[in-house]
Amino acid sequence: MKLHEYQAKTIFADAGIPVPDSRLATTVEEALDAVDEIGYPAAIKAQVHVGGRGKAGGIKIATDREEAAQYAEEILGMDLKGYTVDQVLVEAGVDFVDELYVGVTMDRGEGQPVLMVSTEGGVNIEEVAAENPDAIAREHVDPSFGLHPYQARKVVYEAGVDADVALDVASILSTLYDLYEENDASEIEVNPVMITSDRDVVAADAVMNIDEDALFRQPDLAELAEESYEDDLERKAGEYGFDYVRLSGNVGIIGNGAGLVMTTLDLVDYYGGAPANFLDIGGGAKAERVTQALDMVFSDPNVDSVVFNIFGGITRGDEVAKGINEALAEFDEIPKPVVVRLAGTNAAEGMEILNTDLIEVEETLEDAVQRAVKNAEEVAQ
Amino acid sequence: MSIFVDDDTRVVVQGITGGEGKFHAGQMIEYGTNVVAGAVPGKGGQEVSGVPVYDTVDEAVEAENADASVVFVPPAFAGDAIFEALDTDLDLAVAITEGIPTQDMAKVKKRLSEVDTRLIGPNCPGIITPGESKLGILPGNIFADGNVGLVSRSGTLTYQVVDNLTERGLGQSTAIGIGGDPIIGTSFIDALEAFESDDDTDAVVMCGEIGGEDEEQAAKFIGEYMDTPVAGFIAGRTAPPGKRMGHAGAIVSGSGTGTAQSKIDALNDAGVPVGDTPEEVADHVEDFL
Repeated sequence: MKLHEYQAKTIFADAGIPVPDSRLATTVEEALDAVDEIGYPAAIKAQVHVGGRGKAGGIKIATDREEAAQYAEEILGMDLKGYTVDQVLVEAGVDFVDELYVGVTMDRGEGQPVLMVSTEGGVNIEEVAAENPDAIAREHVDPSFGLHPYQARKVVYEAGVDADVALDVASILSTLYDLYEENDASEIEVNPVMITSDRDVVAADAVMNIDEDALFRQPDLAELAEESYEDDLERKAGEYGFDYVRLSGNVGIIGNGAGLVMTTLDLVDYYGGAPANFLDIGGGAKAERVTQALDMVFSDPNVDSVVFNIFGGITRGDEVAKGINEALAEFDEIPKPVVVRLAGTNAAEGMEILNTDLIEVEETLEDAVQRAVKNAEEVAQ
Repeated sequence: MSIFVDDDTRVVVQGITGGEGKFHAGQMIEYGTNVVAGAVPGKGGQEVSGVPVYDTVDEAVEAENADASVVFVPPAFAGDAIFEALDTDLDLAVAITEGIPTQDMAKVKKRLSEVDTRLIGPNCPGIITPGESKLGILPGNIFADGNVGLVSRSGTLTYQVVDNLTERGLGQSTAIGIGGDPIIGTSFIDALEAFESDDDTDAVVMCGEIGGEDEEQAAKFIGEYMDTPVAGFIAGRTAPPGKRMGHAGAIVSGSGTGTAQSKIDALNDAGVPVGDTPEEVADHVEDFL
């Protein structure tokens, strides 16, 4: 789960990390009120969950009121990589002479958190990592001990940060690690940390992602998650508790188990179609879940046909079929053709009792996907 | 023969009094697994499906000689339950629980390096040696005894591939779901290494998915150390970057690492044929045998 820059910066500031003075604004008027208080130059920054906001035109620096009005007008309401900007952070510009990168993330391979520091801040760090990996100093943290303060100093010196600000940067890094632990973050990144001409150190940007699996013990952050859906379908999936990812194609996909649903998406693509979504309904297939899942895919205007693939392992196929029939009975009409494929325990019995007046059935995954792709082509015409 | 579990494995079920634990303990017993005890704090002295329940894993081991555990404990308490299994010197712990916070698993991973216990999972369907023993939630009836080893990050995808194999008469020596989380106990390489030294495994199927670099490392291992032929499958070719595809670990990073293509290329470079469909995976295995 991603936090917005302004949310992360509030957490940073509360922990004592220096951040520029800023205000959140949802209208041009609010943005102008904010710059009147903050002064110039001021950055107007789109608050949406996408990377590379600057390049995409979502961050502008205003040097006077006229520019501030113009940029706020441009950015509020703009479409940024598919997301509509409905709030901007208005932030005091920082007169900087140098930019650093600092971050804390989980190294999956090692199974340990890792601190990262680079003097090549302010640019795409993933490109730095790919082209010049030595430009990033790293230090792993033993999670059973937590961070020893010397480790933060060591990695900062190793990165070659100027000696006069090194301890300040190490202190920020140390606080970031505490925040990483306390908030069950999966990633915290400040890119850039700015060094001002007065040799002050300021966190000019803030990326903070939270481990979704830990939200049960992070109630304050869980509330922010509810506000972070930027798409009605994602919001609906959140309410139903589905693992759901919206894609751009027209073949709706429902299945059980992440690997098998991904495979179904891949097969839709392999047979010449385009998947509209990833939707995992989890174990079993009780009527209520099936109804909710069908509601999800039918609510997506892009969907022209649906493939429903359930491997009933422990859950018997005939029970799954009953659930599907009950769910279908909830709908006055089936708006788009649905192909169902059941496999596993009692699959044959299940296929027999499925209501084929409302849906089509196929025996194999490959056949079901091909039929759904064909249906989508016919509906789209 | 088989790997990690067999007829002799004696199992304690952690969380046996919960809904999932109770149901699957019953399923395991029905399959023929030696479920010798349950462990649930505060429930010692009870019985579930004829199995005695103890308050601690330690007591269960002491009284019933258990040497393996299956963890059906909710995510908030699962890290603690795994620690309990590791600190009791079991040979094997299988964690089924999905949704354990990653930072809890980082601590578990550290502990694993200090003990002899093998952890499978978490967020996995478990392990089965057909006809002998299953630890977990895999549907026993789709498996058949045979000589194909299978290791996979996903549950239902494993069932799909097993179904394709069994239908053609290609039985399995052992099948392991290693789990879909970013930090797991048993890696592809651990399982592949065990299959390579197992006399009764003549071919291996490896089902990977997007996210991380485990498949790439496994490919390297296969190329360098394995004589047993391996067929591969990789799920998530169509996954967009930055989106978690169900499994916590199944995510292509914004910079484009962890893609299906990178994994497929690595496997192909190691001489591993990768099926475009589960059916094609079974074709490759048939060619091997």
